[in-house]
Amino acid sequence: MIFEFLQAALLLGIVAAGFLAVKSEDLLKAVIFLAAMSLLLTSQFYLFQAPDVAIAEAAVGVGLSTAIFVITIKKTERWENGKKN
Amino acid sequence: MSKEMSPIVKNVACVLAIPIIIFGLYIILHGHLTPGGGFPGGAIMASLVALFLIAFGTGWAKKINKGILSWGESIGLALFGLLAFLGLGTSFFNNFLANSNSLFGMSIPFGPNQGFLWTGGTIPLMNIAVGLEVFAALSIIIPIMFSSDESSKEGKK
Repeated sequence: MIFEFLQAALLLGIVAAGFLAVKSEDLLKAVIFLAAMSLLLTSQFYLFQAPDVAIAEAAVGVGLSTAIFVITIKKTERWENGKKN
Repeated sequence: MSKEMSPIVKNVACVLAIPIIIFGLYIILHGHLTPGGGFPGGAIMASLVALFLIAFGTGWAKKINKGILSWGESIGLALFGLLAFLGLGTSFFNNFLANSNSLFGMSIPFGPNQGFLWTGGTIPLMNIAVGLEVFAALSIIIPIMFSSDESSKEGKK
């Protein structure tokens, strides 16, 4: 029973983090929300007993893609639609 | 862009360097026993390069020797292909080292065991090759992307 509640809470967290990542105008904030979504997805994979996928997701989704997105934002611009520039 | 971050970030990056390397090597070397393997371990070690680039800026990115990393990538790929072709006596990717009491060739006792590291035959060697290749390739991609043309930002405005 508590397992289902934990999974439901994690899924709601994934949806909330994805929604915030889409809606936020600060792209750096969006990247951090995307990393949080990836971290919650990692624990969801672990709860579904796929630890191999969880490790790959943690290494690539949280570590590398966040770094690449941060580098891209540093190269281009931080705010969506050129706001607050 | 090119400036370094604060000393707090730089010191934390330096402190985290050794645990990240040890964890990546652990994931690679225990790839045949526990979850993980060559690709996640190499990606974990390459994330250290990304962390150092963000902490130390483009000055550090220019110090990375891309020739050695390119050689590492080629060696990893060649080692993987060579290990696959060495089993061609029976079939492609044949595990010729398993149960041979040589390199990674301990035969596993029957029943539950604690996961002996010295088993698996060619699988740990292939994990090491894939880990080397992924680490080298991602360590080339990220600095090239980081130290690319600086004028792209000015050209956009």
